[in-house]
Amino acid sequence: MKIAVCISHVPDTAAKINIGSDQKSIDQNGVTYIINPYDEFGIEEALKQKEKFGGDSEVIILSVGGDANKESIRKALAMGADRGIILKDENPKDSFSIASILADEIKALGCELVFFGKQSVDYDNSITGQLTAELLNYSCISVVVSLNIDGNKVFAEREIEGGKEIVESKLPIVITTQKGLNEPRYASLKGIMSAKKKVIEEKPALAVNNLTEVIKMSRPPAKKAGRILGSDSSAVPELVKLLHEEAKVI
Amino acid sequence: MIKNILVVIEQRDGKIKKSSLEAVSTASKLASETNSSVQSIALGSEIENLSSIAEYGVSKINHFKNSDLHSYSPSAYTKIISEFAIQTGSDLIIIPNTSFGKDLAPRIAARISAGCIMDIIHFEISADELICRRPIYAGKAMLDVKFLSEKKVLTLRPNVFKAEKLPGLSAEITLNEVTSPDLTTRVTEIKKSEGKLDVAEADIIVSGGRGVKGPENFHLIEELAETLGAAVGASRAVVDAGWRSHGEQVGQTGKTVSPSLYIACGISGAIQHLAGMSSSKYIVAINKDKDAPIFSVADYGITGDLFEVLPKLTEEIKKLRS
Ligand SMILES: Cc1cc2nc3c(=O)[nH]c(=O)nc-3n(C[C@H](O)[C@H](O)[C@H](O)COP(=O)(O)OP(=O)(O)OC[C@H]3O[C@@H](n4cnc5c(N)ncnc54)[C@H](O)[C@@H]3O)c2cc1C
Repeated sequence: MKIAVCISHVPDTAAKINIGSDQKSIDQNGVTYIINPYDEFGIEEALKQKEKFGGDSEVIILSVGGDANKESIRKALAMGADRGIILKDENPKDSFSIASILADEIKALGCELVFFGKQSVDYDNSITGQLTAELLNYSCISVVVSLNIDGNKVFAEREIEGGKEIVESKLPIVITTQKGLNEPRYASLKGIMSAKKKVIEEKPALAVNNLTEVIKMSRPPAKKAGRILGSDSSAVPELVKLLHEEAKVI
Repeated sequence: MIKNILVVIEQRDGKIKKSSLEAVSTASKLASETNSSVQSIALGSEIENLSSIAEYGVSKINHFKNSDLHSYSPSAYTKIISEFAIQTGSDLIIIPNTSFGKDLAPRIAARISAGCIMDIIHFEISADELICRRPIYAGKAMLDVKFLSEKKVLTLRPNVFKAEKLPGLSAEITLNEVTSPDLTTRVTEIKKSEGKLDVAEADIIVSGGRGVKGPENFHLIEELAETLGAAVGASRAVVDAGWRSHGEQVGQTGKTVSPSLYIACGISGAIQHLAGMSSSKYIVAINKDKDAPIFSVADYGITGDLFEVLPKLTEEIKKLRS
């Protein structure tokens, strides 16, 4: 079984976001980049499924972007993935274009099991996995917190408001992963050493047009400074009064 | 620019979700602004009060009915809605940004070759173009995006757009019995978390952080939540410690929420936590540390011990309510 994990290379969640001079993207100065945290659940799950399938199963990391993405691919290889492919494209792409590029490569590789994080923490789009699945004509289960593959059948639990849905489907499939599915492993020293020898192949990305366009990026409206009402429970009556009469929320 | 709008109604257990009423209202307003037609589509088995959505401004309701459509089935729902959209020449599809909408919108978009813009909090028409605003980096920035495609799919963040009732309107329901839905991917069961209100849907949230000191003290949070009819939320520190379930986590890797009132108790307000809740309409912080970053987003704060403040707060609200 060939298993693909699609990862994105995103600013650390602790990064302060400043708008760049183009007003369309962030100022990258001083920003550390990491593997999108949700994608780590995908990498971990792919490694687990590979162990289960055994034989000549293989975990392939895919990422669309520039050279910088290699850093995240290398980290995934250190966790235990077999090889990586970077689909080179330096121009900003929307989710639809990224999905088209990935679908094209996944098809060429013949991967029947594909993992994505449920969303990336930069554009927060939560759609790339589902789009890729549709473009490939694969099944798809999103926001998965538990997964069991038995032969051709796929059983999963996905998170919804107020509970979970138990979903049945079949291979080939795209799974988008959510926290709770597993605990991503740390790369061991041995893993880090052996990752240096693993191959990251570079390929030009399929040429596709975006279906959406960024006009501008802006700061969220600043909140006006709040009021400290006191330092113990004697402030509570005033708080309740303000919530009731001023804010009118209770 | 836009000719035919289609709004997708979500039902759970036969009940229409509030976020769908927001979508209907928004779609009907947009339709009148752009002089376009609007209709709605609902999939399911029995749907309670389906005709009531007319009061929110959409008089054409298309009910696709089959017992296998009672629960969300990604394959069947995608196929039916995409085909209907094509058949009716719908060029803008509006869906609530719930777990249902997040799963469904991109699938429909891919089938009909539409651009897809998710989680919109505001839009406007400028120079004949639909400009959509959405939070990115979990709310640390805003992005204005437009469509380059002729067909468009967008989802609306719940609790942001108003569901406005326009009394006296009535609806025409067209019933379509579906014979053999595509069930390659289907929900076989829904496991509800016991009787709890979910943070993603709640209008008021009371959240506890590491300052609550242990799971045995969360009853203080729960009692206040119950008094307010609120949902219980938690910081990641609390979830990672195993005190609360992940479904309650608010923040960048938890749920993004925008209730009208968010009460943060014993939560420091790390950037990842703020990211998920700073768009709440009103924020109250209760924290011993006057320098905690949570106070930078709070409208009202008490710099005190939550063990002393919370019981009093619950008591005062009970008084107000009685
Ligand atoms: C990739 C990544 C993703 C993350 N995603 C999230 C996320 O989604 N959500 C999230 O919440 N965090 C997230 N975090 C974690 C975040 O950085 C913080 O660690 C976390 O929010 C801290 O939780 P806390 O405020 O409950 O705990 P602490 O930081 O320990 O704060 C506890 C607070 O309680 C106060 N306190 C203590 N005792 C009392 C008392 N008796 N009365 C009143 N106040 C008291 C203290 O003054 C302190 O401010 C993420 C981190 C990373 C790296």
